Amino acid sequence: MSKTFSIGGIHPKDNKISVKAAIENFPVMETAYISMSQHLGAPAEPVVAKGDKVKTGQLIAKANGFISANIHSSVSGTVSAIELMPDLAGNLVQHVVVKVEGDEWDEKIDRSPEIVREIKLSPSEIIAKIADCGIVGLGGAAFPTHIKLSPPPGKKAEFLVMNGAECEPYLTSDYRIMLENPEEILIGTRIMMTALGVKKAYVGIEDNKPKAIKAMKELCSKSYRDIKIVSLQKKYPQGGEKQLIDAILGRQVPSMGLPIDTGVVVQNVGTALAVYEAVQKNKPLFEGVVTVTGKCMTEQRNFRMRVGTTFESMLFAVGGFPKDAEKLVSGGPMMGKAVARIEAASVKSTSALLLLTEEETKRKPEGNCIRCAKCVDACPMGLEPFLLNRLSRAGRIDDLEANLVQDCIECGSCLYVCPANIPLLDTIRLSKASVLKIMRSRPKK
Amino acid sequence: MTTTIIFTIASLSLLGLVLALILYFTAQKFKVVEDPRIDDVETILPGANCGGCGFAGCRAFAEGCVKADSLDGLFCPVGGNDTMKKVAGYLGVTVADKAPQVAVVRCNGNCDSRPKSSNYDGYTSCAVMANLYSGDTDCRYGCLGQGDCEISCDFDAIKMNPRTGLPEVDEEKCTACGACVKACPKFIIELRNKGPKGKRIFVSCINKDKGGVAKKACAVACIGCTKCQKVCAYDAITISSNLAYIDYNKCKLCRKCVVECPTNAIWEVNFPVRVPKRETADVEQQ
Amino acid sequence: MKKLIVSPAPHLHGKETTKSLMRDVVIALVPSLLVSVYYFGFSAIKLALVGIATAVLVEYVIQRYIVKTKITINDYSAALTGLLLSLNLPPNSPWWIMFIGSVVAIGIAKMTFGGVGQNLFNPALVGRVFLLVSFPVIMTDYSIPSSWFREGIDAGSGATALSIVKESLAKGMTMDQIFSQNDFSYAQMLFSKIGGSVGEVSAFALILGFIYLLIRKVIKPHIPLAIVGTVIVFSGIFWLIDPTHYTDPLFNVLTGGILIGSIFMATDYVTSPMSNKGMIIYGIGIGLITMLIRNWGAYPEGISFAILILNACVPLINMYFKPVRFGKGVKHG
Repeated sequence: MSKTFSIGGIHPKDNKISVKAAIENFPVMETAYISMSQHLGAPAEPVVAKGDKVKTGQLIAKANGFISANIHSSVSGTVSAIELMPDLAGNLVQHVVVKVEGDEWDEKIDRSPEIVREIKLSPSEIIAKIADCGIVGLGGAAFPTHIKLSPPPGKKAEFLVMNGAECEPYLTSDYRIMLENPEEILIGTRIMMTALGVKKAYVGIEDNKPKAIKAMKELCSKSYRDIKIVSLQKKYPQGGEKQLIDAILGRQVPSMGLPIDTGVVVQNVGTALAVYEAVQKNKPLFEGVVTVTGKCMTEQRNFRMRVGTTFESMLFAVGGFPKDAEKLVSGGPMMGKAVARIEAASVKSTSALLLLTEEETKRKPEGNCIRCAKCVDACPMGLEPFLLNRLSRAGRIDDLEANLVQDCIECGSCLYVCPANIPLLDTIRLSKASVLKIMRSRPKK
Repeated sequence: MTTTIIFTIASLSLLGLVLALILYFTAQKFKVVEDPRIDDVETILPGANCGGCGFAGCRAFAEGCVKADSLDGLFCPVGGNDTMKKVAGYLGVTVADKAPQVAVVRCNGNCDSRPKSSNYDGYTSCAVMANLYSGDTDCRYGCLGQGDCEISCDFDAIKMNPRTGLPEVDEEKCTACGACVKACPKFIIELRNKGPKGKRIFVSCINKDKGGVAKKACAVACIGCTKCQKVCAYDAITISSNLAYIDYNKCKLCRKCVVECPTNAIWEVNFPVRVPKRETADVEQQ
Repeated sequence: MKKLIVSPAPHLHGKETTKSLMRDVVIALVPSLLVSVYYFGFSAIKLALVGIATAVLVEYVIQRYIVKTKITINDYSAALTGLLLSLNLPPNSPWWIMFIGSVVAIGIAKMTFGGVGQNLFNPALVGRVFLLVSFPVIMTDYSIPSSWFREGIDAGSGATALSIVKESLAKGMTMDQIFSQNDFSYAQMLFSKIGGSVGEVSAFALILGFIYLLIRKVIKPHIPLAIVGTVIVFSGIFWLIDPTHYTDPLFNVLTGGILIGSIFMATDYVTSPMSNKGMIIYGIGIGLITMLIRNWGAYPEGISFAILILNACVPLINMYFKPVRFGKGVKHG
């Protein structure tokens, strides 16, 4: 019997229509627009100037501050500009624009296909290497990985939990890498186990991916006995880190807590692959697997794509903009961001470009709340979205805090199930931000 | 029969008496000594409880007035100078006149001059929309048109115009409490001096983009061309990051800049009609 | 370039709507309606039609001409109220009783509070209780009208099993005597020809509807099970103590309005609690008050009053019984 998390959850149709498409290399574009703000935290500081020649994999921006990450060039060519450009939401972010000339890789990068199994580095060397290579969490939040692998003093990691759930409908990028690079993922997991000093790791995979489970299990039983593959029921949001820990280990992260409070560090399988490439192959994070999919498209593809590719060129590569597509989403349909500017470029954590039709995505007019409690049943954090929505609209910050709005993981389950189409998450997200601001401004006891 | 009535009346009266005594002694025991002047000042105030003064409500403001040594920095925007004079007269202090202010919307881009580039489909709230992205037009600074300002106004003084998609301020009703200024996530609304007979001139745009970008996104954007600055004889216009700003304390209402502006981004309000007539300038009057 | 839709996540939405949920409840009532048509013939159809038509019409008139809001008659909620009310009337009720009941249910209990989702009390029950206290004679006359489908029904008792028991007990009879004079077998109650309101006649049909609602995940089983469980426990205790003066638990569950009340009335979304714990508390409360009224109250049946009383407690229940929060009460680390 597959495991799952204990509270709430929904079952949207998984629509993984691109499962069969093998990963192919996306052609290198003419110009790369590399954002300086590809991770959570402070934007990186460019270390190149206009006119400089850069190679693929060369450092072009340094981490700026504690929570930040290095950024490397994804192409080789000449820096043609360093300027403010709109990101996918239209907000201005500093970009390094590189005019592509050929594809010359940095000579330090090991491009041979052999799998390097032996881990030679010490934990601190591993973490330094990961920081150097600018690895960030590829599960969506893009939190710098080297910080996650260095637990704060006084906290000790017991287990490493790998997220291969891919609970979002449509997405198949994690599935494809688990199928095509299972051993690299397991080595990457071992590297992170070494860095954390933990003895046991779990990989959670939803049971709608039996091939991936089988491939990974076979490898584990042969030579990776300290890593256990856990089959999970298909349920959204299984890939939320708190839900994943609950599903696999039966431990619940306390309110306002982090996974490390329960002795667990959660990483995505995509991150494991990036860590493997960084530590064993010296390859910084400058490309990733991106699913380009949608019901309105004739073909579904999985691309290995350089950072800084514009959404426009992705559309161009799959045959242009389909007529009935009305919304572009970067990431999964439940938590991804709608693309407002197709001239914006992909970032490290871009996992998919999803095209949705009006019928699939358009919101229906809002009705009265009939208090059916579907949102309460769906909430994986055990909150009451209907109440939080009402309190948010009334601006009752104290009551919102008492009803734990700060615990909301913004998974969107409440808005998905609401029969009256009330924009629950829209209002909750807003009030959550103001409650968190007030909570953080309070003196710590 | 009669005994029942008598008993009923007697017992109820007794009960009333006992409860009255309890209430009386409780009130005496837990009496809070408060400056009686606070009550009087509160009655002078308009009682809108809008918070425009910076206090939690009218009573808190009254308390603030009574406790303060002078009324400097204390101002009730709703009551205006009249109310403040009354308060000052009651408290026996003096108060300086403050120029009356009014909320001014500094975005001019209606549906025609600033075409939409995407369709927003979420909760009708500027705050939610501003959190999500830069807006449904190519202008990243302009009004989002979801009407947070209208909801925030206690006086029914700011209304969304469905034709232009922009809010409009009713000068008669606006008390300059500043609620809309706080509500607007794009910081478009500003409190400006009302000016003599309501005459005022302001730049109705806050687009800080370079001229070309701004003009492409919106036909009536300020492009930072500095023409108005050059023509101004009173040094009232400053230009920073491609945006002109008119200092209302220095502006002498000569109207030269209004004519000079190539994009009609500078507005004049409540001036007599001049020949040749400028269309945009009269929109707010209508 | 085409204008893209931009909205906050999530970008997908479920298929359920207020309309589909309400329609499912109406469908779940169809078996009961069919059984009642079989037993009571034209009378049952007449009541259902008058009820639904009046409810929808009243809602339309109020929304269109009085409060001038969006018309919501398409979402089946008014129709559901009318249908439920019709199933809660005695089969021989005149049409104007149904009309008044529907007007009260929609006009007073629903629309005055602001329409769908805003009402504090279950509209159909308010309608029924209003009729019960205003027209006690008509509302307790359970004589069976002539039916197209069945002739020569052994009708005429004009009383429900519960009222027979109550009156007989008042006359000083013991349970054995009452049961020997009346035919109260369980099979009878399941498929029923015992007097009762239109929808109460067949427990089996109601349970069929319940199963449908559970399969479609329209309702959760907590409230009905809590009510029935409480009724069984409560009546069981008294029955074990004194079987000559108290009816047995199964009799209590199968007669009267326990089933229709717990399955269709108490589970009304708007007037029931939101959390599982709250639902159980609510169900227990309804069960208790029902049994108190049945055993010692003036009325033979009390579930309508019980549900309305607990409706009033729902905001309080919602405040104190929260869902199980993630990360509460679980050991960390």
